[in-house]
Amino acid sequence: MVFLTRIEHFNAAHKLYNPNWSREKNEEVFGACANENWHGHNYELYITIKGDPDPDTGFLFDVKKLSSIIKDQVLEKLDHKNLNVEVDFLKGKICSTENLIIGIWNELLPQLPKQVKLHAIKLYETPRIFVEYFG
Amino acid sequence: MNKKVAIFRKEHFNAAHRLSVPEWTDEQNFEVFGKCSNPHYHGHNYDLVVKVTGVPDPKTGYVVNLSVLSDLIQKHVLAKFDHKNLNLDTKEFASLNPTAENIVLVIYEILREKIDPKLDLSVRLYETERNFVEYPA
Repeated sequence: MVFLTRIEHFNAAHKLYNPNWSREKNEEVFGACANENWHGHNYELYITIKGDPDPDTGFLFDVKKLSSIIKDQVLEKLDHKNLNVEVDFLKGKICSTENLIIGIWNELLPQLPKQVKLHAIKLYETPRIFVEYFG
Repeated sequence: MNKKVAIFRKEHFNAAHRLSVPEWTDEQNFEVFGKCSNPHYHGHNYDLVVKVTGVPDPKTGYVVNLSVLSDLIQKHVLAKFDHKNLNLDTKEFASLNPTAENIVLVIYEILREKIDPKLDLSVRLYETERNFVEYPA
């Protein structure tokens, strides 16, 4: 079994804000992240797939194809976007890194060919803060 | 002998911004600024490197007290820009396009006023790991 990781990145604006709460309550819970005019991040995305290398190609999966799928299905929706306003799969959700990584998993999984097993996603919001998701 | 030493302080802030020329249409802005012109904004983790150069003080051995320099950056730069929308939340970029070039110039001007004129100042700003600017050039 081999694990193969492709690293991608995107930049986006967001805010952490629960619309059912007052502004004061949001500021109390989310601090500076609740700024109503948004702030932003350089997100780093690690997509890891697993499996055995194909005997003919030696590849687990063509990493260029993997990159294209990630670009078309995920980055296209997130890069240089406002996560709260412009991303369909985050509608009605708090745009935390936790919810974002689950959303990315759910977007990506159905787009991968059957023989590709998604193992893990790792998402850095800053160089010091990241989340991992294994489905 | 006057031996100059450069001392650096690294800081970081996160902000949203949009690149655009207000007199232009959305199409013209997209042509020039691409995805960075998104009217709904996008954002970055900015990394800031402040370089101060001078001769260490013979008594203290310091070019500048790093704790004082860090407080200056915190109070006069990060407090203004961290977790903000540069276009909407700051007076500095209310009518100035918040490109990395303009941001580094603004930060330099803010800090230059606060740092001893005998000391040289240089500011480097990373918008992403791969895109960064420096002033003076």
